[in-house]
Amino acid sequence: MSREAGTGSLEQQLRELVPGVLGAVIRRFHDFAAAEDAVQEALIAAVMKWPQEGIPENPRGWLIQVASRRMLDDLRSNIARRRREESAAQEAEKVAPAPEMDLLELYTMDPDDTLILLFMCCHSALTTSSAIALTLRAVGGLTTAEIARAFLVPEGTMAQRISRAKQSIKASGVPFRMPTEKEQGERLAAVLHVLYLIFNEGYTSSSGSRVHRVELSSEAIRLTRNVHGLLPENTEVAGLLALMLLTDARREARTNAEGELIPLTKQDRGLWNREEIREGIALLTRALAKGAVGMYQLQAAIAAVHDEAVRAEDTDWPQILALYELLRRMSDNPMVRLNHAVAVAMVHGAAQGLELLKTLDADTRIGGHYRLDAVRAHFLEMLGDRDGAITHYRRAAERTTSTPEQNYLIAQAARLSEVN
Amino acid sequence: MKYMLMMNTMKAGEGVPAWPKKDLQAHVAFMMSFVKELQESGELVAAEGLAFPNQAKVVRAGKDGLPITDGVFPESKEFLAGYWIVDVDSPERAYALAARASAAPGIGGEPLNVPIEVRQVMSAPPPEML
Repeated sequence: MSREAGTGSLEQQLRELVPGVLGAVIRRFHDFAAAEDAVQEALIAAVMKWPQEGIPENPRGWLIQVASRRMLDDLRSNIARRRREESAAQEAEKVAPAPEMDLLELYTMDPDDTLILLFMCCHSALTTSSAIALTLRAVGGLTTAEIARAFLVPEGTMAQRISRAKQSIKASGVPFRMPTEKEQGERLAAVLHVLYLIFNEGYTSSSGSRVHRVELSSEAIRLTRNVHGLLPENTEVAGLLALMLLTDARREARTNAEGELIPLTKQDRGLWNREEIREGIALLTRALAKGAVGMYQLQAAIAAVHDEAVRAEDTDWPQILALYELLRRMSDNPMVRLNHAVAVAMVHGAAQGLELLKTLDADTRIGGHYRLDAVRAHFLEMLGDRDGAITHYRRAAERTTSTPEQNYLIAQAARLSEVN
Repeated sequence: MKYMLMMNTMKAGEGVPAWPKKDLQAHVAFMMSFVKELQESGELVAAEGLAFPNQAKVVRAGKDGLPITDGVFPESKEFLAGYWIVDVDSPERAYALAARASAAPGIGGEPLNVPIEVRQVMSAPPPEML
């Protein structure tokens, strides 16, 4: 990404200001879609001007002013256009006085703007991909071109996706204000899901063959950190942030120089990011102490157990199994049951793991899924059934839609075939 | 998730179809509006139509690494006529779009109902694997 840079760069600082600026402009003009465009233009202006002219004393006020001026210009040209179309007399009534700059407003900031905007962008009226795109632009401050590059789609397509997302928000009539307390729980779950998907998209790149796109995962972590700052008592927000950090910590070790995938058990743990692990575990420990354990906290706890093992053979599998038991009770997700079977195999042996897979074969949500074959191949290999393992590694390789994973699975089958 | 929708219906010997002008125009208009619709829904990644297969060659490298070209082909051999790559939220959406393309109007405006091959584009893996 062109704007990618270390923390503290101009772009990074600018993007931290986006929700507050956008919130102020929406409050003044009551038009989310147009305000969002105007703020993007103000950001571009800042990127052009600030390096030469220096950062203004009140960067947020500067951005609000530039965006507001842009809004006024648009309003005026719309009025002028309509004037040409209609008679001046009819128009006179419709010309609203230009909104005055409220200086006080320029210097105060509503910290809830980030949350209100997230609630809007992750609204259930939007498809998942639209919600992701709009969140990255309106809350994250990324440009359409950057988002398009991250998802490997043409810029025009991404622009359409964002503009349609804004139309859906307009059509659904979501007001720009904090949802009621009653609504907040459900709406927050949608927000966390979108942030989780952005992180995964960056961590795994569902588009293209590259395994990591660091920009999206660090953006997801940044936004989740902001939400955690606003809702420090919410244990699932803390859990999600911990999960992201504890997963992201392993990023460097997850692939080798050739871009090949390295499974958890074979990773060079010296490459794991200790700082992220420390922060993730601290967050999780505080969250767990508050009670009310949720899905994200449990997944973070599992990631933490892996991250705490100095060597793969030191992994506390009984604890992981206990955590998967809890997760399984909380959700009927077949992926959870598959991972639970892996934990069972690691604690009680592969034969017991295989037994559990039988029940999953009949589950239409996962039966025939490549991961079921990959896990079965692994169990068969543990049990010394080389031919069976080769068959299932190959079948998994045929069924996956991920190139690095396919390469990994083919290599597993080849490794077993070559042993005499 | 991205899918490639492929129209594999062109026979090797086929040239410009001998349709009435208005039917051809309706077909072309449909194809153009279909792409426009995908663009507007924010789902279009790429779309191309390919030249007529009577110009097609199949190329292999010879022992010296130089190209050996093959063609013209028997009339019955099928070629790719064109493709769309779409970025959609579900496989069901990809199938629905393929069905729309399949029903492109032919002679007399009757839907052609041509087969569209739908293939997922390979991507990177989900977070953790064994």
